Amino acid sequence: MSQATQQMPQFDEATRQELSDFIEQEQAKAKIQSSVHELTDKYWPGRGTDTSVPVCITGSISSKFSKSEASCLENCVDRFLDTSLYIVKQIEEQKSHLG
Amino acid sequence: MSSLFGSNPQTASDMQKQKEQLKLQVQQELAVASAQQLINKITENCFAKCVTRPSTSLGSSEERCLTQCMTLYMAAFDQTSKSYVARISRERSSQVPSNAL
Repeated sequence: MSQATQQMPQFDEATRQELSDFIEQEQAKAKIQSSVHELTDKYWPGRGTDTSVPVCITGSISSKFSKSEASCLENCVDRFLDTSLYIVKQIEEQKSHLG
Repeated sequence: MSSLFGSNPQTASDMQKQKEQLKLQVQQELAVASAQQLINKITENCFAKCVTRPSTSLGSSEERCLTQCMTLYMAAFDQTSKSYVARISRERSSQVPSNAL
């Protein structure tokens, strides 16, 4: 980020810092957005032939988005993130055993 | 772009203006990128779902299916987004390291 903001000679140091922080925040938001895109895609039915991925949208395409589909998606997202945190925790523990 | 990076502002208020303009531009470009990503995903998924046997043109039942598919996909996206954001703010407030997210 500092690289990008160094190329802005028209700004003073404080402004460059502010912009650098701002861009970092926006990039973090964009990363979250991108994960949401991927997860929505993942739990949408009929993608590829991977039948091991749970499918939440079970009604026909003409039916409305239902409460059970919503709570299914919520569980998918929460358990996916649980898994992510759990794996990281495991790896950190293994690392501390080694070190 | 050249107006943002090229000129030297004379006053502090010029700089303030350029700064806000730059922030706005960053936000707008990210929003456009995200919208494009959503449109691509909808196109891929709904084409697979609705246009199972592509013929010489889109039929009216295929178009109806695409409209419904799009609505449903956006609802699923909204729900996923809500759940994800809610989870992240819960993790932040409970001080669990969230760099994995």
